[in-house]
Amino acid sequence: MDWSFIARYSPLYVKAAALTLTIGAVGIVLAAGIGLLCALARYYKIPLLRQIAAVYTELSRNTPLIVQLFFLYFGLPKAGIVLSSEACGIIGLAFLGGGYMSESFLSGLRAVKREQIESAESLGLTGAQVMGYVVFPQAAAVSVPAVGANVIFLLKETSVFSAVSLADLMYVAKDLIGMYYNTTEALTMLVAAYLVIILPISVVFSLIERRMRRAGI
Amino acid sequence: MSENIIEVSHLHKQFGDNVILDDLSLSVNKGEVVVLIGPSGCGKSTLLRCLNGLEPIQGGTVSLHGEPVEFGKSGLTKIRQKIGMVFQNYDLFTHMTVIDNISLAPLKVQKRSKAEVHDEALALLERVGLKERANSFPAELSGGQKQRVAIVRSLIIHPDIILLDEITAALDPEMVHEVLNVVLDLAKSGTTMMIVTHEMAFAEAAADRIIFIDGGSIVEEGEPHEFFHNPKTERAKRFLKTFTYSD
Amino acid sequence: MQGYEVLFQGNNFLRLLGGLWVTVRIALISIVFSIILGIFLGTAMRMKNRAVRAVCRVYLEFVRIMPQLVLLFIAFFGIVKLTGISLDGETASIIVFTIWGTAEMGDLVRSAFSSVPKHQYESAEALGLNKFSVYLYVILPQAVRSLIPNLINLSMRMIQTTAFVSLIGVTEVLKVGKQIIDANRYDAPNAALWVYGTIFLMYFVICFPLSMLSRQLARKIKRS
Repeated sequence: MDWSFIARYSPLYVKAAALTLTIGAVGIVLAAGIGLLCALARYYKIPLLRQIAAVYTELSRNTPLIVQLFFLYFGLPKAGIVLSSEACGIIGLAFLGGGYMSESFLSGLRAVKREQIESAESLGLTGAQVMGYVVFPQAAAVSVPAVGANVIFLLKETSVFSAVSLADLMYVAKDLIGMYYNTTEALTMLVAAYLVIILPISVVFSLIERRMRRAGI
Repeated sequence: MSENIIEVSHLHKQFGDNVILDDLSLSVNKGEVVVLIGPSGCGKSTLLRCLNGLEPIQGGTVSLHGEPVEFGKSGLTKIRQKIGMVFQNYDLFTHMTVIDNISLAPLKVQKRSKAEVHDEALALLERVGLKERANSFPAELSGGQKQRVAIVRSLIIHPDIILLDEITAALDPEMVHEVLNVVLDLAKSGTTMMIVTHEMAFAEAAADRIIFIDGGSIVEEGEPHEFFHNPKTERAKRFLKTFTYSD
Repeated sequence: MQGYEVLFQGNNFLRLLGGLWVTVRIALISIVFSIILGIFLGTAMRMKNRAVRAVCRVYLEFVRIMPQLVLLFIAFFGIVKLTGISLDGETASIIVFTIWGTAEMGDLVRSAFSSVPKHQYESAEALGLNKFSVYLYVILPQAVRSLIPNLINLSMRMIQTTAFVSLIGVTEVLKVGKQIIDANRYDAPNAALWVYGTIFLMYFVICFPLSMLSRQLARKIKRS
């Protein structure tokens, strides 16, 4: 292992990791927002919107991110829509993640039992109060493991961003291998970078999950 | 003449083509304990749910102090604060502690002060023997304890009437007593209640009036001792026989 | 020439399908290996031996945390460096997707067996069945039933995940698409929109029925 090589090029990885994390975070937050809206449209059976949400969910979950990115980055400009690499990354991740998040939130909402809602209603709570105090907290608790799995899945998916010329971790690693043949070091730093990003998130979600299980939710 | 709390007139309810309640009328007076009995599927539970506006109805009216109780109506939440309800399946909010379950409606719906609600909640919990479980989660309670908390949760909003829907049906036999004792205690202290139950001995002890429902309408109505020991109608006699082991 | 005409020019559409078959073939071969190895892994994860369980756990968590593309880079670039053996892209892909698939399959097998209630084991044993018969007649059928929808789902994810093997130089559908677009860049400048749109729909046509099937089977099991 060539430690001086690692020392010299690790700033590149830090910069790439920051890019991955930024685009990942924005994309995941957007995905959660889209997912929540779709789940609500389907839960409340809002006409038209629920059909749109259902079709979108299937389209996003049943196509690979890299194909979505190619369409956004290479296809859309031919229709006059030119997006930057960053925009493609964010939109692609939000499009893919929205479908997964929608499914997770919806199954959380559907897991709230009818009796829970009825007894809240029988206490005189308004529709909004029933949602805010009873349905949402319980649905959120049920959704935690699935949402955690989605977050990790989406962060892993960011690894294909280099396909649309984003200078992410994979891009840096490939570059270093191509230029200097320091394959071992380049790959070791790559693995370390992903471990540092994803492992803590994985641990945090499993702690939350364990805590909720103890509360009997 | 005592004050009339609930008035049901010519209530008609059906699911699809299936008629559940057919031209049913009754009223409950203040301080009265009315027990509804009848074979499974006779419409007793549906009647209670209609009284709380949980079901749309296809005819007739339900009113509380003269105000209509209607499914889906905007004023419903106001009226529901005057009606307490306890369901068969322990319906405590699973994500809240006992005290939070009890405090939710008085704090958020009635906007009462935190200190006052807290004190009353503890006092009521003490009355049902569960003061030390105030900070437990529902998952940590037995079925009987959960139902006692559910009763407290409906009492604290000071309702004009409490509806109890087969609250011991899902309980282990040894827990039935602890719950029914609480209800009996409430009955003695003058709480207005409408109760659906299959516990006949309890019905006789707690009720001021028994209403026997079969096939979606009232078949017989009367004073408990009279009803259980000297029923007038053939259907009531047949029904009561199924509850005794003697020939 | 319009972009969509490129799709049906000559054997372009067939070439795209051929490219798609490359990734689907990688996915199918990997899933077959994953099933076989996953059964062993799942069984190992149920062993009482703590060391075995810990090793399995570390393997599972590592593979789950690492993006599959990172694993692919390790196999494609790293193995040459360490051993001097140069793997072609397709072989490297099959190895990596099998490593990942085995971890996922192992976890599915483990949870399928633990989803069978304990009293099923006990009542089977109480009938006097020996251990082998208990598994063969009672436990296995139930475990397999709960495993199937998840396995279909895993296959669908495998097909989607293999879509990025073009990044290590395998000529699959995206690469073929790019070749077609490049070849027609003067005659049909907007071909990219149509070609990548078509590839998008091709994946949907393969994956959507699989996810429907998996969901329906899962619902059926839940109901019974």
